[in-house]
Amino acid sequence: MNDPKEFIAGFDSDQRRSPTRVVFVTRRTSAQVKANYEEQVQTYPEVLFRVVLAIELLAIVLVVLSLLFNAPLEGIADATHTPNPAKAPWYFLGLQELLHYFPPVVAGVLAPTMLIVSLVIIPYFNINIEADGLFLNDRQRRLQIFYLIAIGLLVFLVAFHVYVAAVPTLLVAIAMVVAAYSSPQSTVAARRYLANKPLAWWVMTWFLFELIVLTAVGTFFRGPGWSWVLPWGS
Amino acid sequence: MPGKTDKILEQIERSRVWRSIFRSGRGGSPLHRALAIQQNVFLHLFSTKVRKRMLGFNATWYLGALTLGTFLILIVTGVLLMLYYHPSVPQAYADMKDLQFVVSSGLFLRNLHRWSAQVMVFLVFAHMFRVFYRGAYRPPREFNWVVGVVLLLITLLLSYTGYLLPWDQLAYWAITVGSNLSKAVPLVGDKIHFLLLGGNEVNANALLRFYVLHCLILPLAALLFIAVHFWRIRKDGGLYVHQSDPKTLAASKKVAPEKEAK
Repeated sequence: MNDPKEFIAGFDSDQRRSPTRVVFVTRRTSAQVKANYEEQVQTYPEVLFRVVLAIELLAIVLVVLSLLFNAPLEGIADATHTPNPAKAPWYFLGLQELLHYFPPVVAGVLAPTMLIVSLVIIPYFNINIEADGLFLNDRQRRLQIFYLIAIGLLVFLVAFHVYVAAVPTLLVAIAMVVAAYSSPQSTVAARRYLANKPLAWWVMTWFLFELIVLTAVGTFFRGPGWSWVLPWGS
Repeated sequence: MPGKTDKILEQIERSRVWRSIFRSGRGGSPLHRALAIQQNVFLHLFSTKVRKRMLGFNATWYLGALTLGTFLILIVTGVLLMLYYHPSVPQAYADMKDLQFVVSSGLFLRNLHRWSAQVMVFLVFAHMFRVFYRGAYRPPREFNWVVGVVLLLITLLLSYTGYLLPWDQLAYWAITVGSNLSKAVPLVGDKIHFLLLGGNEVNANALLRFYVLHCLILPLAALLFIAVHFWRIRKDGGLYVHQSDPKTLAASKKVAPEKEAK
């Protein structure tokens, strides 16, 4: 841009909300500034006060909870007396449930490591920002891969008698089949919804479903010797 | 006498000492309010302005803020509990009994710490799934998602190490079950298990190690990563806006040019 006439300059200002923006548009291009001002509020006081209020309400709930229910405290630790069952904290009971079926190196090391690694790579894996529905493009090949993985996983889980994990897997797989044979323009809202879901959504939903089911089973339905019990039975 | 109090407060806020500490100055103008955030070492982690549509409950469910709330409650109750607790065998268990029967409000203190910890684990998971389903993990926010995963692990470790401290049967066997898993790591499993417990089984050494992790190392790590987590929200362009959130446009075009210049 040796010749100063090769560009036009413009500026756009809204001093109350944001600093002045200066734009140089060269004649060769036809760039347009599409500025639209989204309404903003000051962090102080508007956001901070709301956050403080939310935390105060939570504190009230927790205080009431603490007044009503006592934290559990059993007898002093005794290495010679093993309770049956010996349970981990509730958020690890999903893993302990898996430990019932698989050797420790699988349930205790491999599964959590894979879980953490997959959580970390989620945002790097999902290159497709718009995240189209899983079966909308390249449908035949993706359907084949899906059937291969879903049936393989189900056979594996049933072979090891892990019905607790197989049931949520089966339900998610059925939902995926429904999605595969639904159009994003379907008249049924649920089918429209499922057809638009990308791969990452399906994997995460499967994980969430397994997490809830395994944790709930480990917490409420497992008794002495890790046998089935009912939470309301004595 | 509200008038007199206001005057005294004003005098304090105008004093040289006050102004050397708080540099944003007096006044309710947008500039002063922006400076109140920007000039504060803790608050400057946040942006001075937030999109109005992100304030509604539906945008975030306030899950991140509530998680911070449980963390703050846990720090306060945790420090108070430390005043009554000895990380030794069998004194640790006796201290639990003292909290229950001797210390004023000791039982309430322990209840609040325990339930807040459970709620924090739940809220961290809820926050993670909420962020995922809104798609807020996508670029440019991918690194903040990773920081969040680290914070999830720190939260679980904080809760897990705290689980042993009461030194009752529940604590002892939960930690025994959990720590035995570390033995399953190929090649170095036994070494890791020994390092974690300071012995071959859960004993007084393990209690001390878990105490140091729970009260010093993990909270410091959590504070560090929380600071990065908050700061990255600002650096990555503020809270993620989902297309489903109704957009509220500012009425800036209506402002007359002569007023604008003011």
